[in-house]
Amino acid sequence: MTVTPTPARSRLDPEPMPRRDFLGLASLWAAASTMVFAAIGMLRLPKAAVLASPSKKFKVNLPESLPQGEGFVPPGRSVAVFKDKEGVYAVSLICTHLGCIVKQTQTGFDCPCHGSRFALDGTVIKGPAPAPLKWHKVAVSGSSVTVDEESSVPAGTKVQA
Amino acid sequence: MSAALPHTAIERFVANLKAIPNNLRAATLRGGTPNTDRSRSSFVFGNVFLHLHPVRVHRWSLRWTTTFGLGIMATAAFLITLVTGVLLMFYYKPYPDAAYISIKDIHFVVPTGRFIRNIHRWAANVMVVAVLLHMARAFYTGAYRKPREFNWLIGMGLLVTTLGLSFTGYLLPWDQLAYWAITIGANIAQSPREVTDALNLTESFDPGGLQKLLLLGSSEVGEEALIRFFLLHVMLLPLVLFGLAAVHFWRIRKDGGLVRPANADEILGPRTEAYPVFTEAPKKTYQLAAIVKGKTAAVGKGPENTLPSMPHLFYAELGILMLTAGICLALAMVSDAPLKELANPAVPENPAKAPWYFLGLQELVAHSAFMGGIGIPSIVLIGLGLIPFLDRETAGTGEWFGGPGGKPLVLQAIVVGLGSAIAIEAVAIQFGWIREWFPKAPQLLITLINPGTVLTLVYALYSVWLVKKHDSTRAGALGLFTCFLCGFALLTLIGTYFRGPNWNFYWSPADWPAH
Ligand code: HEM
Ligand code: FES
Repeated sequence: MTVTPTPARSRLDPEPMPRRDFLGLASLWAAASTMVFAAIGMLRLPKAAVLASPSKKFKVNLPESLPQGEGFVPPGRSVAVFKDKEGVYAVSLICTHLGCIVKQTQTGFDCPCHGSRFALDGTVIKGPAPAPLKWHKVAVSGSSVTVDEESSVPAGTKVQA
Repeated sequence: MSAALPHTAIERFVANLKAIPNNLRAATLRGGTPNTDRSRSSFVFGNVFLHLHPVRVHRWSLRWTTTFGLGIMATAAFLITLVTGVLLMFYYKPYPDAAYISIKDIHFVVPTGRFIRNIHRWAANVMVVAVLLHMARAFYTGAYRKPREFNWLIGMGLLVTTLGLSFTGYLLPWDQLAYWAITIGANIAQSPREVTDALNLTESFDPGGLQKLLLLGSSEVGEEALIRFFLLHVMLLPLVLFGLAAVHFWRIRKDGGLVRPANADEILGPRTEAYPVFTEAPKKTYQLAAIVKGKTAAVGKGPENTLPSMPHLFYAELGILMLTAGICLALAMVSDAPLKELANPAVPENPAKAPWYFLGLQELVAHSAFMGGIGIPSIVLIGLGLIPFLDRETAGTGEWFGGPGGKPLVLQAIVVGLGSAIAIEAVAIQFGWIREWFPKAPQLLITLINPGTVLTLVYALYSVWLVKKHDSTRAGALGLFTCFLCGFALLTLIGTYFRGPNWNFYWSPADWPAH
């Protein structure tokens, strides 16, 4: 029976990692990854899950005489409510460029901040605005109209009383 | 033990009482009164506040034209905002409407309130100007080069933090100016949506929305936004600035002091006694070359051309602090910080203008939000950060406008930079931009092809041409930096003085329509 002795390690062979080094490295990495995860966890906090904004749904009575093509802006709201033969609709007054409130003119809406101009139906005519003004969902009952400023409906959606 | 020692405890007590001033002094100044060059050196080296300074400075660094004191001026202005800011916090209330009332109180009721508020506002402006000029100084003297690349990057961090401090401070008064500037700013943060919308990605990938949400803590500028901006303004950003500034100053020391030409010693010539000499004793000079490795201020050169920081550098610093304070106080006396009406989310300020140093960006944003507000600023920042790594030459380091091309190149670049910016703005103001020419152009095109994009391209091509012509990367860098500086100045000027209601162009505010 022959016994093969384990060959002696040559001085030129790379040294295997000593156990202590391995444990040291492992704990270092464990500490580092703990800190990374802690940082990610902490970043989670500032990203609010529940937004503290009041309900954006409101009810309003339209004035008796609302000329066609002239919107009614309920006080404190950024919406113009229109009424014509085809029905009632609400166009957002928040500029799609950077959020200024547009002003109604004879032919549409002008934004005071960087000069975007929109047609009466909200399409962009001029300026940097990347998208047409939003249309909101409306519900009509008698003379009162409910508008949901958070909703959006395709342009041209008008609701009959 | 001397015989004169008091015998009774009462006598010893009285003697101790008498010795308090001397002992307090000895306890404070560990090494005794610093009244020789040697004790002053160890005083600077061993003091926790002073040891960010070098112990000795090269005479070149003390020359007025080396720095124009701009870095110190930025530091001084920051310290002034710090002191006045703490004072303002005695009365300021970070809650919508209450914030406005408290600023109004500070302005009209609180003793010295208006003056302190004015100084805070002016010092913030002085700081922005000083930081911009300081960056230009560091660039034109080639101070970004090896081994100072890292400090250039830290400097960029300081620039961004400084602008962040100004931007967050702008909301705090909660007036019309504040509310609408921040509404616009927050929507710029959201503007990557212009791209994701055009690519139909926003549902699944919405970095713009996330940025705005993190900034405002809500979908609009309200109480959550105000408390966040307050936190950033009075705590987070000042801490970041402190940390970065500490590294910035430390690295100046470790990088061998301020940059200077290789032949600085010859240029300076032998030392005349232009600097006051306080004590020469002891005659032996001390340097830290033995402690600090690398290119220290004095390695191999002998110490003849360095002076002890205490008092030479400290006098220079104190002088600039006094000058900066003087400027801020004078401005605060002649010009009040603005306060418009209470913030009204239903009626935008018209024109709604950000602080002046953002008006160049607003000018670009008025053509497309994403490219003007995020795209081009990012390109500029990345470009600035790359400068030290793309220009590895050494010729002209430490000289104003040093390197191939030199001053004539910079003058040419000013003409090119201003000329092309004026030309492109003139076209946009006179003939409109893409939407006016091609109403059916796809949105992505309108978003990406901003007048600023064209300008950036022109500048880049010009600088490539310079690199070829002079066979030098420094020449390209000189041209590009100068062009962007000119473009920035011109756009800022137009945004500040020539834009009126609806962001229309007016030659003078006197022409604005009455409304
Ligand atoms: C809050 C902003 C800043 C403060 C308080 C500040 C302060 C200083 C001070 C006190 C110095 C000493 C020399 C001098 O006074 O010029 C210095 C040097 C330097 N700074 Fe800044 N700095 C700021 C921003 C920047 C920026 C934006 C950059 C460039 C991106 C920059 C790059 C440098 C470089 C490269 C040096 C070394 C200059 C040399 O060796 O000659 N710093 N800084
Ligand atoms: S916010 Fe309306 S054009 Fe910029």
